Amino acid sequence: MSIDLKTIKHISKLSRISVDEKRAEKLADDLNSIFEFIEKLNELKTDDVKPLTSIAETTLKFRSDEIKSKNIREQIIKNSPEDNEDYFVVPKVIE
Amino acid sequence: MSDITKQSLTELVENIKKKKLSSTDVTKAFIRRSEKSSELNAYITDDFTSALDKAKKFDQNPNLDLKLPGIPMAVKDLFCTKNVKTTAGSKILNNFVPTYESTVTENIWNEGAILLGKLNCDEFAMGSSNETSHFGNVQNPIDKNLVPGGSSGGSASAVAGQLTPITIGTDTGGSIRQPASFTGIVGLKPTYGSCSRYGIVAFASSLDQAGPMAQNVKDCALLQEVISTYDPKDSTSINFKRNHYSKELTKNIKGKKIGIPKEYRVDGMPKEIEDLWQKGIQYAKDCGAETIDISLPHTSYALPTYYIVAPAEASSNLARYDGVKYGYRAKGENLIDMYEKTRSEGFGAEVQRRIMIGTYVLSSGYYDAYYLKAQKVRKLIKNDFDEAYKKVDAILTPSTPSSAFKIGEKTNDPVSMYLNDIFTVPVNLAGLPGISIPAGHDTKGYPLGLQIIGKAFDEQNILNIAFAMEEKINFKNKITDWWIK
Repeated sequence: MSIDLKTIKHISKLSRISVDEKRAEKLADDLNSIFEFIEKLNELKTDDVKPLTSIAETTLKFRSDEIKSKNIREQIIKNSPEDNEDYFVVPKVIE
Repeated sequence: MSDITKQSLTELVENIKKKKLSSTDVTKAFIRRSEKSSELNAYITDDFTSALDKAKKFDQNPNLDLKLPGIPMAVKDLFCTKNVKTTAGSKILNNFVPTYESTVTENIWNEGAILLGKLNCDEFAMGSSNETSHFGNVQNPIDKNLVPGGSSGGSASAVAGQLTPITIGTDTGGSIRQPASFTGIVGLKPTYGSCSRYGIVAFASSLDQAGPMAQNVKDCALLQEVISTYDPKDSTSINFKRNHYSKELTKNIKGKKIGIPKEYRVDGMPKEIEDLWQKGIQYAKDCGAETIDISLPHTSYALPTYYIVAPAEASSNLARYDGVKYGYRAKGENLIDMYEKTRSEGFGAEVQRRIMIGTYVLSSGYYDAYYLKAQKVRKLIKNDFDEAYKKVDAILTPSTPSSAFKIGEKTNDPVSMYLNDIFTVPVNLAGLPGISIPAGHDTKGYPLGLQIIGKAFDEQNILNIAFAMEEKINFKNKITDWWIK
């Protein structure tokens, strides 16, 4: 299997990370060597193995749906790159 | 006392409790040494002024019943600290000042400790050499131009260099144990679910654990006792009966069965690592333990599994960095363009690489072939350990396949960098506790570590084995203070 530039462009789009041509080539090289290494897993037959989805093997606990943090609007907005009163500001979405 | 920074945590606690030292004395000493150690680049952010204020305040009305009374300590910059900048070693969080505190650090401050500052690490804890940090690489106190390991490289460097008496790191695939091994200190990765992940910048949620790094096993046990608590704020935190690790620490490990897994004898492993391992086996026997040859047949599949599972989880966790709610934002022509440029400029090369791997293995058409396959192999790896633990109480291996390497030596070859974690990664995949203790030196005089892996929730047992072996090993770290101005 080989990851070509078209695939890199596709993954970059899905990842929302813009990648120029030069970096795309380097990434393709890196990913190919990493996937070559990952392919080793295909040596194993795993049809009958149940996947491990959680290491803790405990069921998630329920808690009551109560508001514990009140009036933290200021804290939430504090680190925003751009805000306007109580809102996060983003580039215009609707024309 | 001029040699305050040379004292272990246990000694410092005792001296403060006996009022031979004040918190101010101790805090001043570590600040002074930290200030003279800028060449190590161990800190990203210092909080010295505030630390000194807190120490003075502590001394005015000292509560000497606490476990860490007035002890100053710096922590990895992956733990959110309220009102103190938390970067995760990334440009994308360069201006992030949390409005809340991680549970683990909260536990530490509640026991009387004082924050010295935030320690350098690989960006989002992705790296094995601390070279992926946006804030520059960290020097190993052992030798100039030597990596301290990673991702908790700043933490390891700061403890080995005596800039902080103890610290906490995080370990996703070896990020506490490998740097501990490279710098000649002790590092414990607890059982998954032992320490809360609340307020820790997430990398791979099913693998991440916080843990202590210290000069010796006893200090490590004390810190583990403080940080390991059940926390409802972390849905994977586990409510089990936690030991008083430092109080229950014993060197009596007579009759303990220690497994030696043959699969850890990997191709191309330097002879000095094999020799160290053999010495470790002898030390364990000298302590009264019995060693038994065991097999962990899927060991060689652990790294390929890890490099699917960890990037997959990372790609999902790091989706939150979109330049909207916090962190770095680049200018863009529209919303999507802003996202793409923010993430392209804000993340470093290794983080981008892993997000891309993760996105790919989770993408339509590839999920079954990669992610599901990896989860199945992960099960096989865990089964190996379950089988082994029917016969033994713990497992002894080298911590790393080599000693610390030079800065820049492996940066162009991601796979060779990943191979560093070959002995540590299986432990994270199986959710087990593992401790690295310094056990000898290679021919260059660089430290080498041994790893003791335990059953889930059996931290006390591996701490005891480490404690017993530590005495027999009698390791002395060779620190020359070459970086001190």
